[in-house]
Amino acid sequence: MKVDLFITCLNDALFAQTGRATVQLLRRLGQEVRFNASQTCCGQMHFNTGYQSDALVLIRKFVEDFKDSEVIVAPSGSCVAMIRDLYPRAAEWAGDHALHEATLKLAEKTFELSEFIVNVLKIEDVGAYYPHKVTYHPTCHAVRVLRVGEAPLKLLRNVKGLELLELPQKDQCCGFGGTFAVKNAETSTAMLSDKASSIMQTRAEICTAGDNSCLLHIGGGLSRMQSGTRTVHYAEILASVEKQVRP
Amino acid sequence: MSDGGIHPAKTFVDAAHDTLSNTQMRRNLRHVTSAIRDKRTRAVSEVDNWEDLREVASQTKQHVLENLETYLLQLEESVTRAGGQVHWATDAREAREIVAKIALKHGAKEVIKIKSITTDEIELNGFLQGRGVAAIETDLAELIVQLSHDRPSHILVPAIHKNRSEVRDLFNATLGAKLESDEPAQIAGAARTYLREKFFSVKMAVSGANFAIAETGTVCIVESEGNGRMCLTLPDVLVSIMGIEKVLPRWEDLAVFLEMLPRSSTAERMNPYNSMWTGVTENDGPKEFHLVLLDNGRTQVLRDEVGSQALKCIRCSACLNVCPVYERAGGHAYGSVYPGPIGAILTPQLLEMKDDKANTLPYASSLCGACYDACPVKINIPEVLIYLRGKVTKKKGTTLESLALKSMLWVMQEPHRFEGALKLGRLGQGPFTQNGKFTVLPGLLSGWTHSRDLPELPKQSFREWWKEQGQ
Repeated sequence: MKVDLFITCLNDALFAQTGRATVQLLRRLGQEVRFNASQTCCGQMHFNTGYQSDALVLIRKFVEDFKDSEVIVAPSGSCVAMIRDLYPRAAEWAGDHALHEATLKLAEKTFELSEFIVNVLKIEDVGAYYPHKVTYHPTCHAVRVLRVGEAPLKLLRNVKGLELLELPQKDQCCGFGGTFAVKNAETSTAMLSDKASSIMQTRAEICTAGDNSCLLHIGGGLSRMQSGTRTVHYAEILASVEKQVRP
Repeated sequence: MSDGGIHPAKTFVDAAHDTLSNTQMRRNLRHVTSAIRDKRTRAVSEVDNWEDLREVASQTKQHVLENLETYLLQLEESVTRAGGQVHWATDAREAREIVAKIALKHGAKEVIKIKSITTDEIELNGFLQGRGVAAIETDLAELIVQLSHDRPSHILVPAIHKNRSEVRDLFNATLGAKLESDEPAQIAGAARTYLREKFFSVKMAVSGANFAIAETGTVCIVESEGNGRMCLTLPDVLVSIMGIEKVLPRWEDLAVFLEMLPRSSTAERMNPYNSMWTGVTENDGPKEFHLVLLDNGRTQVLRDEVGSQALKCIRCSACLNVCPVYERAGGHAYGSVYPGPIGAILTPQLLEMKDDKANTLPYASSLCGACYDACPVKINIPEVLIYLRGKVTKKKGTTLESLALKSMLWVMQEPHRFEGALKLGRLGQGPFTQNGKFTVLPGLLSGWTHSRDLPELPKQSFREWWKEQGQ
């Protein structure tokens, strides 16, 4: 399958290693990975903060950039949720019928990484090796908007050497919420501190998730607390193999 | 007094600060919301067709909103036919005047109240007091809030933020009770002694309404303590105030809501008391029944296709109990009788998006979506929050934030600008980072480094790596 990678602006800028891992992983699973360098950002930050006409500029750009794609895959639940759930809504609110049609088509072929591997490729064991104690935080948009369900867990459970530790209160939001983390910093911090203490209770070396935005927040908190627990996107875990073979 | 109204005195950030720094209140909130949350999950999982019921409830409420005028006129006719009197109030002031006029006509010095969130919306208690009429709350939690001159902080559990020993001290100080223990039975006993005397002597009652049936003119209240039933049956005069969105078309429609409301709110299979009354009946119950239909901004909200979803709300408070923001910031942070996620979309809209403090409420959410999942009438609260944020930014015009997002938009419109910005960022970040991370950031971003580190930009972006691979 020809897989167009939507790397997302945050991964592109700050978490290139997640992007590299996603490419390695998809290639190992026999996919032809393409990267359209014209892509930038899905517009979620603008849309969710209330700058909907600004977001429309980026939405139109995204639709144009990916109009010929067969399948679009992104290692981010919230960006995929933006595309699948909010793009059609944005077009509706703007009263743009043509865009609405286009976003509905786009929504059908856009997948979050784990749901693409498990639900589309029908693969649950990606042949990874990762000898660490790991706990998994299900991110809100992946769980409640995309309903990815067990997909990331199925993949993680099949990683050799990995000890998966149950995260208490896992369904609770970490408190990131995009600009919420800055605009309501104090409430966001209270949510983060509960999430961080749940993570520390597991005694995991690593907290993983499918979204680097949430991990940026959680990892930023864990780092400030000098907890000794790191955050790693699950794409990097799934890309790891016993004898590392570079693509 | 418990009549808080819907005008927040502070922005959400400022009001949340008060609770966030009160560790006792945070503990109380966490304890109660997590207990209700777990119970609710069990109560809902008992119903096999919960999702189907949600759909029916949602569609019924949507149908009502789309045909509101028809059903309200039908309700007026049915209530009048059954011997009741219907009053239309366009705003809070009119509604207060109507109630006060009825009280004064009957020479009432005291009125007893039940299920009074709508009366709190119109700030009735203080108004009546100004006219020489004392309003006495009879719901135990509402009474606690009233006696402590506090404001409710939860729709369902107005005194959620108080623990038992605080209540014992309060009753000893205000009701002349001499409670040594804070056992629930003792506390309830003190309230009962006080309230019984009121039930048998006060001649007028004021209530809210959970539902009203257009075809029969029946008004319905659900409650747990039975104090409501005393208010609804013992006094000579009963005045019920309801928001116009509370009407249901048919008697049958009630069935689905009586299933969903208790399970969503108190996690009970059925409410201990479901009271329904239709007009007046000779030699039984109140001799006079008045129904006040309150608009107070609702018709305005109804005109908005996206925002009007908020009017489907049946006040179950499920969204409050699952909301991580409510759990930390508490009900008072929302500055309105409608707290939590539903309050965050209802309050600013009732104030026609004109109140700057209420307009901070749509931002009081991480958009985690737990509220939408829990809502028994499927109000897409995250969607409405985002939509209202759009209205707020438009109203505010140019701000530091809008400029920052505009420049980000400019960068993101062209990939080469994005690449250039990353290169510039890498060059400029040096003096501000330590061990590969930012610990202090200026301006708008200082909220981030308040509690979190931020990694510095790595040496190579993904797109640079891709290019380097010659792909």
